[in-house]
Amino acid sequence: MLEASIAEGKTSSFKLGLQAGSSIAIGYFPIALTFGLLSKTTGLSLLETLLMSLIVYAGASQYMGLSLIAAGTSPFVIILTTFVVNIRHFLMTAALSRKVEEQSKFKRGLFAFGITDETFSVLATRKGKFPLGYGFGVTSIAYASWVINSGIGYVIGANLPQFLQASMTVALYAMFIGLLVPSLKRNVKVLFLAAISAGFNSIFIGFHVMEEGWSIITSTLLSAVLIEITETYKRKKRVEER
Amino acid sequence: MNTIILVIIGMGLVTYLPRMLPFVLLQNKTLPPFLEGVLKNVPYAILGALIFPKVFLIQKDPLFGTIGAGTAIILALTGANVIIVVLGAIAVLSFYSFMF
Repeated sequence: MLEASIAEGKTSSFKLGLQAGSSIAIGYFPIALTFGLLSKTTGLSLLETLLMSLIVYAGASQYMGLSLIAAGTSPFVIILTTFVVNIRHFLMTAALSRKVEEQSKFKRGLFAFGITDETFSVLATRKGKFPLGYGFGVTSIAYASWVINSGIGYVIGANLPQFLQASMTVALYAMFIGLLVPSLKRNVKVLFLAAISAGFNSIFIGFHVMEEGWSIITSTLLSAVLIEITETYKRKKRVEER
Repeated sequence: MNTIILVIIGMGLVTYLPRMLPFVLLQNKTLPPFLEGVLKNVPYAILGALIFPKVFLIQKDPLFGTIGAGTAIILALTGANVIIVVLGAIAVLSFYSFMF
């Protein structure tokens, strides 16, 4: 009886996760479709395209990987650049680490595979801790959508009308905006955090100060640290005034 | 095995490690309050950097990304769900590129 209710609790949090992840799954549709299409024009086979989405599972890295493969870059440089683009995941998974109620290292390790910019944003902007079942719900529906739609994009992408192919490239960014704005309306600190990192990132990339991967990490850290210093200072001042 | 498969496996490894290591290693560690605060700020800061400036560069015409981002921001401000924000931005841009 007790077991049954525990199992029930697990399915329902998994189901809730699937629901929360469905917006990502839909958002991935145009992004993965475009990836599949680009992969075909780059000259990869359908199997290689599916393998890349199955094994790498990272939008920005996969787009970048394709353009480096097309340019004839050496495998070592491709892998190194991918690593640099992904260093931001260190920050994200460190930030997400304590939000998950799960002790098993194996399960945590398995779950970590599904953390992308989008699943992270959905899980991290959620209030409080969440059970791993919920997390798996969010990540599994997103993963399935990513892999399946890469394949679909490979097979039929080129048949889509040109104006649709072009407008679908906005999907990734529209999703980030859709995730950011609700928190921004609740808390003005969020607005500052996002605006400051956006500003630094635009300067670094606009003036070619550093590569995109490094630029995102540096801007994020600068903004997160600056705001935290300001907050700590304000808190101290309030205590002194009391 | 061909080179592309090797590249894919290598890319997979360097993508998985940064996802997995902090998540498994930091699970029960208590961090200093300042560091804790910085980590709590990361999600919002990173979204800002992921969106700008790249959203303006998705097509040669910078107006394209601007219209897309503008549509997404307006829809999100009205409280629309993320799916509506994504599909709405695509719809408006489809109209724009179809017309011009």
